[in-house]
Amino acid sequence: MLLEILTQANGVSGNEKEVRDIIYREVEKYADEIKIDKIGNLIVHKKGTKKSNKKVLFAAHMDEVGLIVTDIDEQGFIKFTTVGGIDKRILVSKTVNIGNKRVPGVIGAKPIHLQKNDERDNTIPLSDLYIDIGVDNRNEAEQLIEIGDYIAFNTKYEEFGDGYIKAKALDDRVGCSILIDLIKDDHIEYDFYAAFTVMEEVGLVGAGPAAYSVKPDISVILEGTVCYEMPELDSHLIPTQLGQGPAISLIDRHSLYDYELREKAIATAKRYNIPYQYRKTSSGGNDAGEIQVSRSGSKTLALSLATRYIHSTASMINKDDYYNTILLIKHLMPILCEGEENDNRF
Amino acid sequence: MDIKEALITLTNACGVSGQEYNLNEVIIDMFKDYVDSTEIDSLGNVIFCKKGTNNDDFKIMLAAHMDEIGLMVTRIEDNGFLRFTEVGGVDPRTIVGQEVLVHGSKVIPGIIGTKPPHMMDKDEQEKSLKIKDMIIDTGYRKQELIKYIHVGDFISIKRETIPLANERISGKSMDDRVGVAVLYDLAKRLSGFKHYPDVYMVCTVQEEVTMSGGTTSAYSINPNIGIAIDVGFGHTPELNKSETLMMGKGPGITLGGNVDNNLRKRLIEIAKEYNTPYQHSVEPGPTGTDGCAIQITKEGIPTLVISVPLRYMHTSVELVDLKDIRFTSILLSNFIKSIKKNDNSFTEEKLCY
Repeated sequence: MLLEILTQANGVSGNEKEVRDIIYREVEKYADEIKIDKIGNLIVHKKGTKKSNKKVLFAAHMDEVGLIVTDIDEQGFIKFTTVGGIDKRILVSKTVNIGNKRVPGVIGAKPIHLQKNDERDNTIPLSDLYIDIGVDNRNEAEQLIEIGDYIAFNTKYEEFGDGYIKAKALDDRVGCSILIDLIKDDHIEYDFYAAFTVMEEVGLVGAGPAAYSVKPDISVILEGTVCYEMPELDSHLIPTQLGQGPAISLIDRHSLYDYELREKAIATAKRYNIPYQYRKTSSGGNDAGEIQVSRSGSKTLALSLATRYIHSTASMINKDDYYNTILLIKHLMPILCEGEENDNRF
Repeated sequence: MDIKEALITLTNACGVSGQEYNLNEVIIDMFKDYVDSTEIDSLGNVIFCKKGTNNDDFKIMLAAHMDEIGLMVTRIEDNGFLRFTEVGGVDPRTIVGQEVLVHGSKVIPGIIGTKPPHMMDKDEQEKSLKIKDMIIDTGYRKQELIKYIHVGDFISIKRETIPLANERISGKSMDDRVGVAVLYDLAKRLSGFKHYPDVYMVCTVQEEVTMSGGTTSAYSINPNIGIAIDVGFGHTPELNKSETLMMGKGPGITLGGNVDNNLRKRLIEIAKEYNTPYQHSVEPGPTGTDGCAIQITKEGIPTLVISVPLRYMHTSVELVDLKDIRFTSILLSNFIKSIKKNDNSFTEEKLCY
């Protein structure tokens, strides 16, 4: 799957080039117009055979959460800080790749034998963590890395369990992958725009300028989103579930999604027997927050894949969810593009 | 197979305490060309012997434990998530978000799942997670999972060993596969030589939980000299220099009640004679190695404890320097070669022959 190549590539927010280059090569020959804007977004126009009444923009972000080098100490240990929302508790006892040359390193911890009893109750502060690349001093380290190098998790893409995929950066390479599939699909008859955005994880930075240049009427954000399914949780506390189909957003920290678009998505899913679910939490946010307020605004819809262990080293999605999301988008396309005129089909 | 390749092979294999038999094939295959006999005892210790030239049954036993810390399945939840407990000394903070392998009738990969940071309360990250609040997600429903996985199945951390800069290398279970790698390198070094003592190289089981492997193998071999090869705390910024070993500066030779002082002095003389780097490691009490078990076998055995410096002990990124493995096996091989018939200068009256 292309998703393997996309998730094995590193693109911590602010350093998306490796991912963008892959996407560019993939979509180049299918695109009618393709450009990289001034802040690094990749914007594609795919022309269709049918006229669209509405200008539709699909958006997926290229970046992933990760780390960045802040200092190298005298003994050659590398200090870092987080890029994007990471639970610092997941960093201990992991392997990482530093910089574009992918220098391998490890984040260790004090041996359990030398800890005091109450030490284990507390999280190791980020300021006490460091990366060991095997060198003995700063000089040796500086031959390999420099301050400002981005650090990505070192996780293999693997198909997993009963129809699942495990990888890093599924948020949001899964959105990128779906969008690439849509661009390559010659059965889609309508005109549309695709924006692969930068720096979503550090504050929805790329989406605004992308929407500004595309000027969409309707925007569809494709995401990997929060999922948490602990056995003791009441169903209303479970935001999304794997394998239950695309998750349709209601509200989050940055956006209230358009009611009408949401209803259209649900009616389409029902009509074609495509499973769907609501994203039942108001936490988090995505590029819709900036896209819906660009220029004089556009209506937004967010379709997401439930992603377990999101923002950690190994996240997980369901393959059926992937295909069902594509299926829903294909059936939704004429309805979005033709706009009000075809509303009688509901 | 060179020492790097050997260590990678040994650490990429899985053998949580109690399930060390997973490693037998790999280990026997590595050693078989360099030893005279191979035996697996009833607890599972793998015992290699290279005969010496002696005719008085003079035996030296070198032990490195082959087991690793891990986890064990305690419950399968209705949604297929596994609950688990620890095997050996596991810091729960080092397993959050970790990939694992569940060793049922089929080996099934899993993830120790985490809560999305988006859904956390403000101070939630400051409290460490407890094992009772963690789950393993295998991506299977319960109905499917129970065909392969049962309560009591072992779980190992999934980690591919990676070479770092210089000759440093990092992975899981370096504690104490690095000791097994020392034995392997030693077996190779001894293979071209005649030496006086019979050399027993033992890959012991269950050191991380009970040291029973060291106990029983020392009993059956009943050596004149016992040597435990384990790992010592490598120096890192948060640890005192005085209680740690520097990386790449040779093995730590333990001082203290667990070791025979005359043997230790002899070992240091040998290190000096051959210019082999070594460090002191002071441990007045029990060392927490197979050396403890060996020392009190039968009427007592003069014992040495040698530690390969290792950073981040009991995490999945334990880090060692290949130079230290080489220095350790060179030291041991010179020590073994130095033992001659009727040479009791370093054993005083404790050994009789």
